[in-house]
Amino acid sequence: MGDGITRPSDRILEVEDVSLAFGGVRALTDVGFAVAKGELFAIIGPNGAGKTSMLNCISGRYRPQKGTIRFQGSDVTHLSPNHRATIGIGRTFQNLALFGHMSVLDNIMVGRHHLLRSNVLSGALYWLGGAQKEELAHRREVEEIIDFLEIQHVRKATAGTLSYGLRKRVELARAIALKPELILLDEPMAGMNLEEKEDMARYIVDLNEEWGMTVVMIEHDMGVVMDISHRVMVLDFGRRIAEGLPAEVMAHPQVRRAYLGVADDEEVADEEVAEDGAEAGAGR
Amino acid sequence: MATAGFRPCGDFKSDYASDTRIFDTAASRWWCVGGVLLLCLLPVVSETVFDLKYELSLLIQIGYLGVAALGLNILVGFTGQISIGHAAFFGFGAFASPFLNNNFGIPVFFAIPLAGLMSTAVGMLFGIPAARLKGLYLAIATLAAQFILQDFFGRADWFSGGTHGAPAGPFTIFGFAFDSDASYFYVVLVYVVALYLAAANLMRTRDGRALVAVRDHYLSAEMMGINLTKYRTMSFGISSFYAGIGGALYGHYLGFVSVEGFTILFSIQFLGMIIIGGLGSIMGSLMGTAFMVLLPEVMDGLTGALAGTPVDIALGLKDNLAYLREVAIGVTIILFLVFEPDGLAHRWQQIKAYWKLYPFSY
Ligand SMILES: Nc1ncnc2c1ncn2[C@@H]1O[C@H](COP(=O)(O)OP(=O)(O)OP(=O)(O)O)[C@@H](O)[C@H]1O
Ligand SMILES: [Mg+2]
Repeated sequence: MGDGITRPSDRILEVEDVSLAFGGVRALTDVGFAVAKGELFAIIGPNGAGKTSMLNCISGRYRPQKGTIRFQGSDVTHLSPNHRATIGIGRTFQNLALFGHMSVLDNIMVGRHHLLRSNVLSGALYWLGGAQKEELAHRREVEEIIDFLEIQHVRKATAGTLSYGLRKRVELARAIALKPELILLDEPMAGMNLEEKEDMARYIVDLNEEWGMTVVMIEHDMGVVMDISHRVMVLDFGRRIAEGLPAEVMAHPQVRRAYLGVADDEEVADEEVAEDGAEAGAGR
Repeated sequence: MATAGFRPCGDFKSDYASDTRIFDTAASRWWCVGGVLLLCLLPVVSETVFDLKYELSLLIQIGYLGVAALGLNILVGFTGQISIGHAAFFGFGAFASPFLNNNFGIPVFFAIPLAGLMSTAVGMLFGIPAARLKGLYLAIATLAAQFILQDFFGRADWFSGGTHGAPAGPFTIFGFAFDSDASYFYVVLVYVVALYLAAANLMRTRDGRALVAVRDHYLSAEMMGINLTKYRTMSFGISSFYAGIGGALYGHYLGFVSVEGFTILFSIQFLGMIIIGGLGSIMGSLMGTAFMVLLPEVMDGLTGALAGTPVDIALGLKDNLAYLREVAIGVTIILFLVFEPDGLAHRWQQIKAYWKLYPFSY
């Protein structure tokens, strides 16, 4: 497949020939890629390229008309979104999707849903059915996530009242609370200032390296993508036009044309230089 | 730890257990416990010192309606569904409990919770298609439930006694019958306290949070592993359970259940209660119910006070009282929707917050 993943057993996510159309709009056409366990994988591409649609297919919001999606070796193409969450796929959204009237804490606790065992009855009996004990145990773990993302000061605040940057962070916290094997981040840094972006990049790297989560991230900021991602896939008009190490991909003529808008004659000259960059990038 | 009497004017919680309590301070919890204890004294006072029979009957009414209203609030306020058939489920419970008692000899003590469970089953039956509908379509589907059940009450002689209605025996424990207002008051009080605590607990645990998540953002709730159909259906089930219990308490209180009462107008009054009390507020459900029950009393009082004045002559208060009540309820709901959309509970929170910080209100 030429995706740089040596052992097939390392693949946590495999996308094969996925096509998705909305009426006449072909959001995705025969897209295939694979992500290795422990990888930080970025998807880039111009607006409307189909990046969000791709994530939606993986998380189950959209059903592709064609193709298969395998997660940890098993076909999940036809699983419901809530089922996919329980087997280890978590995500955040491009347009904020917090539970606006709930507290930050409750938002994050919702992420624990599939890990909690209490039901209507034991919940209603709280003290008697073990629900209290369970709540407190999970609360402790949630506090760790809160500390990690440095949102202690807003844990009691109503989610809908927070600033944009904080809401993005709470959304990340909620997704982490699922304890996913694979976390999908849709433009986690969009609309943030430089400082917030740096924080967010640090969280994502820590998440990947220290918490051991495999990350698939859509991001427009090329600086961040080049800095933190291990491999990059480029979509354009719903097609995969390149995939590889960040520097490799940046050097790809079609990418430069589609994504960076570089004129054709410049790119040939630049190509050799970029190839060297790719070697350096592989060493990290 | 907060000590009774003082409200901490910040957020000082030292452990998670005290941070997840139903009442935010020890003081407010003791106020509530004290309130319930005081209520326990009322029937005793009524029997010995001065007659409070009428007040007790109003409180009983607030109790069983309040239980049903809380159920509707779980469905509408907490889960974001809509129902204009709540009174039908209330009616179902009111018939089901005497039905079990009269036909199978099940003691009322057990028949009431069983009636709640039967209502749950019926509610979920109607809830399954409803879980796939939204907005106006859902409203129409619940309207269908209202009419189907109402029709069922009228025809099913074996269940409801048809047009004759059904007698409902008294609530008894070991041969002691709770057949006076003073004694039945305790039965209702126990149910109110237990079911309100249960709802408050539910809302701070997994399934309660899931309901609210479905309300706030169902797409991301689904991505968090929440099965939308399950929770929407479950919400109908819980709501009907509360309605059924409320109805059963009502039936055994009156001693006789007739088919006429459970109309769409009654369903809309339930909606009025939770709108006035506060959608998505547990205590608000009780406040709104109290408001709705006491509103006609206040109007009767006003009618008496205004007798003979120009207002009385212009409106013909005495003759039109029945209509004016309906109008007043309608107007109140509209006023609340416009000026106090978060309901009485929210206003109460603000008053509490004000006193908590007083005199430093900023
Ligand atoms: N639910 C939908 N209904 C109809 N068309 C859709 C839907 N979702 C996406 N599309 C279309 O599919 C195409 C790809 O959209 P998508 O949101 O995946 O792009 P994107 O790469 O995430 O863009 P952006 O960078 O702007 O977020 C667009 O043409 C879009 O209009
Ligand atoms: Mg997008």
